Amino acid sequence: MMMTRSGLLDRRQMLAGIGGGIAITATPLTAVAAQEDLDRARRELFGDRPIREGRVTVKLPPIAENGFSVPLNVTVDSPMLPEDYVKRVAILSPRNPLANVAQFHFTPQSGKAIVATRIRMSGTQAIQAVAEMNDGSLWSGSMETVVTLAACVVL
Amino acid sequence: MASIRLAVPKTAQRDEIIELKALIQHEMESGFRRGSRGEVIPRDIITRFECRFEGELVFAADFHPAISANPLLTFHMRASSSGTLTFEWTDQNGETWRDIANLEVT
Repeated sequence: MMMTRSGLLDRRQMLAGIGGGIAITATPLTAVAAQEDLDRARRELFGDRPIREGRVTVKLPPIAENGFSVPLNVTVDSPMLPEDYVKRVAILSPRNPLANVAQFHFTPQSGKAIVATRIRMSGTQAIQAVAEMNDGSLWSGSMETVVTLAACVVL
Repeated sequence: MASIRLAVPKTAQRDEIIELKALIQHEMESGFRRGSRGEVIPRDIITRFECRFEGELVFAADFHPAISANPLLTFHMRASSSGTLTFEWTDQNGETWRDIANLEVT
């Protein structure tokens, strides 16, 4: 009897130890890998050109109850005139299976550099938008959303 | 197959910036989901959207699997003259769906 009890305890302690170990090591590793995915996708789109923060506003709900459909609004500060306009905006995710979410292309006839759509999010993360102006300069903005029901395994 | 809904104002003032909405009914199957027997459900998504005014590009979008089913887009256009707006979606296999709307500029 005593033998079985202590055996059980040992097994529990061991399992707890393994679980704890996995939790501690796995979390930072995936976070780093996710950021690398996003950085790679961004380099493929824009090369190694410098990206400044600002002019781009990303709007997402602070808490998304359903990761299958999260309303996204991106606004870029630009007069949208032939001499000064936004050419394209790329939406990037650090945590989805694919870092590329969408790319939007604007012209001076767009009038306003505002776009809204609905995206899938596989978990809590900061969505980043990078805007390329007609002069080639790059600007970025981001917003973090807490996703309660992730579109993760079944995106 | 795919049903399209557009929200385009019928009239606009010259140089007014109008809001356009375009929705298409489509599963946007991501290719990351699995069926009841564990098999991967193949990807089937719309990859490109274009809005043109009298043939000239106003706005375009490239979609990846992270765009939700029945993709809805809200964007804008500077109304310069009366004319026809064309909305066109293309899927990964090259199939296209198209709808048009007329705009009168006063």
